Amino acid sequence: MTNMSPDSLIQNVRWVDRSAVVEVAGEVNLAHSNAFQEDLANIVAEKPQRLVLDLAGVTYMDSSGIASLVKMLSRAKAIGASMHLVGMSDRVRSLFEITRLDHVFEIHATCDEALASS
Amino acid sequence: MIDTTGQPVVRVVDLVKRFDDRAVLDGVNLQVIQGETMVIMGGSGCGKSTLLRHMIGSIWPDEGYVELFGQNIAELNDDQFDAIRKRFGILFQSGALFNSMTVGENIALPLKEHTDLDDDTINVIVTIKLELVGLREAAHLMPAEISGGMKKRAGLARALAMDARVLFYDEPSAGLDPVTSAEIDQLMMDLSKKLGVTSVVVTHEMDSAFRIADRMAMLDKGRILKIGPRSEFEALRNGAVTGDETSDLIRQFLRGDPDGPITRRRRSDGYEEDILDAAAGHS
Repeated sequence: MTNMSPDSLIQNVRWVDRSAVVEVAGEVNLAHSNAFQEDLANIVAEKPQRLVLDLAGVTYMDSSGIASLVKMLSRAKAIGASMHLVGMSDRVRSLFEITRLDHVFEIHATCDEALASS
Repeated sequence: MIDTTGQPVVRVVDLVKRFDDRAVLDGVNLQVIQGETMVIMGGSGCGKSTLLRHMIGSIWPDEGYVELFGQNIAELNDDQFDAIRKRFGILFQSGALFNSMTVGENIALPLKEHTDLDDDTINVIVTIKLELVGLREAAHLMPAEISGGMKKRAGLARALAMDARVLFYDEPSAGLDPVTSAEIDQLMMDLSKKLGVTSVVVTHEMDSAFRIADRMAMLDKGRILKIGPRSEFEALRNGAVTGDETSDLIRQFLRGDPDGPITRRRRSDGYEEDILDAAAGHS
């Protein structure tokens, strides 16, 4: 089991074969940015083949939250893993569209879609 | 559609500001509702930039007050005002960049000053904000090496650095080419409609104003002549001259007509007195 920081935004991590499915909930903002990055880094350190972040429970995300995900994407790519985002609310999705990061991340509607992707 | 009965984020109450004995603002009342884009317009010297400076707490009124997020900013101590200050961003007319720093460093500055984010995270945020304003390639350039329009876009990226909930813009389109101006307008609309950012825009660029505004306010001689939804100003612009001085003045401004009440006033105000003074050697 991956160690998480107190009050972590990560609610659950489940493994499907070599894919880590990570449920994130709450406000991904400045107040949580450093701990969030640390928690995600701990998961990436377990060398998943695929990292799926389920953002259905995310009520707000600011630029520091997006930057945390970009850094994790960089780490995942460095170990040859893919990273997928699923379950985004319209508002969070808009943030990715405005910042044109919807072309940088692999975004899916559901975890099953992400797990089935190549 | 903005609910104008919603929560005001900015509230200006009975604002009066005098420079010497001249009232630059003469009893201004204005509310900006959460999520809306309020365009404040008016001719040069009408007081619109002075009004904006009151809203951001850079000058103080002689009478009346300004509330931001429900708090009278004149009653806040420095720490309380700093906390509010983090929630709004300002795009100054010139961009107001620090000339000794690169464009990227300028945008990173508020993040370094107000957060404990590490350098890598700040660099990612800076890259995102520069991409937003189409200026990623200029990150390592100095302000002296970029055009006025690029400086303005860099200033906007810096205003966005801290994910402000309210943005104040002073003439955001002035000096920009038409494409860049339309791009900035689109970004302002995206921030408002998709992310719920509240915008207060001071401008006399009418094309831009009609693109971005939810509501508009027309300021003249330190007073609000009219405030209302964009549709009312569109109807006024497209309507016929009525003989009503206020409506015709606003219409002339919106259309940019060379003839009308604004021109007549400029030509009549004190001309006889001035020319007779000049003739008597008093000028």
